[in-house]
Amino acid sequence: MWPDFLDSESVPLRSNVAGCRVLADAHHWTEAADALREAGASLLSLWGSDDRDVDRCFRIRAAYLLPDRVLVIEHAMPAERAVYPSLVPGFPVADRMQRAVHDLLGIRADGGDTRPWLRHGGWPEKVFPLRRDVSSAQTYPIVSVPYPFVPVIGEGVHEVAVGPVHAGVIEPGRFHISVVGEKALRLEERLGYTHKGVAKRFESFAQRDGHRLAARVSGDSTVAFGWAYCAALESITATTLSPRAVALRALALERERIANHLGDLGAIGNDAGFGFGLTQFSSLKEQLLRHNSEVFGQRYLFDFVVPGGVACDLSVRAIPTLLDEIAMLERAVHELRSIYANHEGLQDRFLGAGRLTPDQARTLGAIGLAARASGIARDLRVDQPWTPYDNLAPVLATRTEGDVAARVQLRFDETLESLRLCRQLLDTLPQGELCAEPPMAPAGQLGLGLIEGWRGPVMVALETGPEGRIRRCHPHDPSWQNWPLIEVALLGNIVPDFPLINKSFNLSYSGHDG
Amino acid sequence: MFDILSRIRRVGSLSEPLPSPDTDTELTAIQRELHAVFGRALCIRHVDAGSCNGCELEIHALSNPYYNLEGAGIRFVASPRHADLLLVTGPVSVNMEDALRQTYEAMPEPKWVLAVGDCGACGGIFNTNYAVRGPISDVIPVDAVVNGCPPSPLAILRGLVHITRHLDRPRP
Repeated sequence: MWPDFLDSESVPLRSNVAGCRVLADAHHWTEAADALREAGASLLSLWGSDDRDVDRCFRIRAAYLLPDRVLVIEHAMPAERAVYPSLVPGFPVADRMQRAVHDLLGIRADGGDTRPWLRHGGWPEKVFPLRRDVSSAQTYPIVSVPYPFVPVIGEGVHEVAVGPVHAGVIEPGRFHISVVGEKALRLEERLGYTHKGVAKRFESFAQRDGHRLAARVSGDSTVAFGWAYCAALESITATTLSPRAVALRALALERERIANHLGDLGAIGNDAGFGFGLTQFSSLKEQLLRHNSEVFGQRYLFDFVVPGGVACDLSVRAIPTLLDEIAMLERAVHELRSIYANHEGLQDRFLGAGRLTPDQARTLGAIGLAARASGIARDLRVDQPWTPYDNLAPVLATRTEGDVAARVQLRFDETLESLRLCRQLLDTLPQGELCAEPPMAPAGQLGLGLIEGWRGPVMVALETGPEGRIRRCHPHDPSWQNWPLIEVALLGNIVPDFPLINKSFNLSYSGHDG
Repeated sequence: MFDILSRIRRVGSLSEPLPSPDTDTELTAIQRELHAVFGRALCIRHVDAGSCNGCELEIHALSNPYYNLEGAGIRFVASPRHADLLLVTGPVSVNMEDALRQTYEAMPEPKWVLAVGDCGACGGIFNTNYAVRGPISDVIPVDAVVNGCPPSPLAILRGLVHITRHLDRPRP
């Protein structure tokens, strides 16, 4: 049942998508979670803040994603009793976020796993670095504590442990796979190795510079994070962008999606022993990146999105170059898709591997690309289109099989759709200013930016401080939601398929670790 | 199969010559130098010590057909025991400090370290805090750096060619 207070006590949320905020006591906090679970909402993010300097309280906030809006539930706790009701019973995905909130702020959920998540011994147990009375310059000696992985015992069970440094050129993380014969019986992940204290670092940035740090939360999603940050700031300051600036942002976001999908399609083929796929797709990706460099001055579009607009223009001469590139990519992707589809050896590795059923995806709170491959037909660009997506009318791609093959097919579908969107953007590129710097935001405002990046919804929650400073900024990568999916998708698969299954999700370590 | 062969024939070879800081631009000359220094190929072990993964994207790009890394006798290996050179990205996060040290210590002598990206070279945007130690050289000895955020594959390649040409004597 939908409780009244969710409507009667809500205030509008400043965001690029529709949303509202609701203040809740402990009872309402749980009641809201139950109602939202029933309404089919996903938990988008969970973050805390130290507001003891304002009202002697800690605050916990949960952002939920409904098909048509975002709901932020806020709960304040007195500093002496910093405990809030756990969201894990309704939203298992909250577990690691609750552990991270405790590691950074010392506010605890009343249930769920209590092992540290981001703290690996790099700072003392009783120090909570995101508290305002802890200096940002303070460092600590490492006191390594062994992490209590859940043991699996029984006849014939052994353990394959990998990481944090892996055999390939990838980010660090630890995986414990319990194996019987060749099959994986259990996988436990341990992440947090690339934790860089981004939230604390944000507090030393001015609002007008914060996009640069946001753009480096997860480098492969730099446009999405940059845009999410700027959308939060622009919502607070009620800044309207020129049509040209938003069109160029969308062009950059779609090019980021295409580049990553091309890279993944090659890498997934390679992990199934098809080197031809890697050679072909990595060449296509390189051509796209070189065009980025030629047209926008850099390959990965770091800092292209700036508060109030974009950093550089697209010259008239560049438009035919990009249109030719789109035509070339469409031809190549169609041809390679047919080669992938007709390659028996490849399909034998893809089909049925790493399956995540729609039921599992819903229960676990899957989000973004991985969710769409398991029958959850959600895409912010389609469901809650912000400008300019309201005019672009993107077509939703979805699959129901939930295996590696489905995640591959989805990438093909989305690449072709993004190419279509790019052509539409270039054909209708409006005139206008590139950038109008937003005015300084008043202190104490909360804004939320929500952008569908290539991996899924990327969120930035921004709270302003006095004199153009950032009081608190919480960036959230969809990898938080989707890392636990791999623990389930691997079950019953053979260990040699782990790299393939892992790559088919291709989640961010840095985006998750913060 | 016909489709695959047909595409390979049409796409052809995309490989480009290696960039060279000196006048001697021949690929074979670089290979000869590598051979003189190492007696075989240059083997690289990569460690992400806390990067945002931007640098990793460009290190990946080095392996695409355009840069022809293996054609120059440079390859990535799966273990530090097999490596001559450690290529490190990121500011060193405190959670990766031990793993980075252990990887470095596991490499046989002689060994070199190349720090890639602004964060690895000087700490970058993340600075030093409770979770970040700072640049790579604060944790292990660094022989050369490649700046950029992220540096282009060409810049990383120049860094590799530089290190193999100019650091031809192992450190005492």
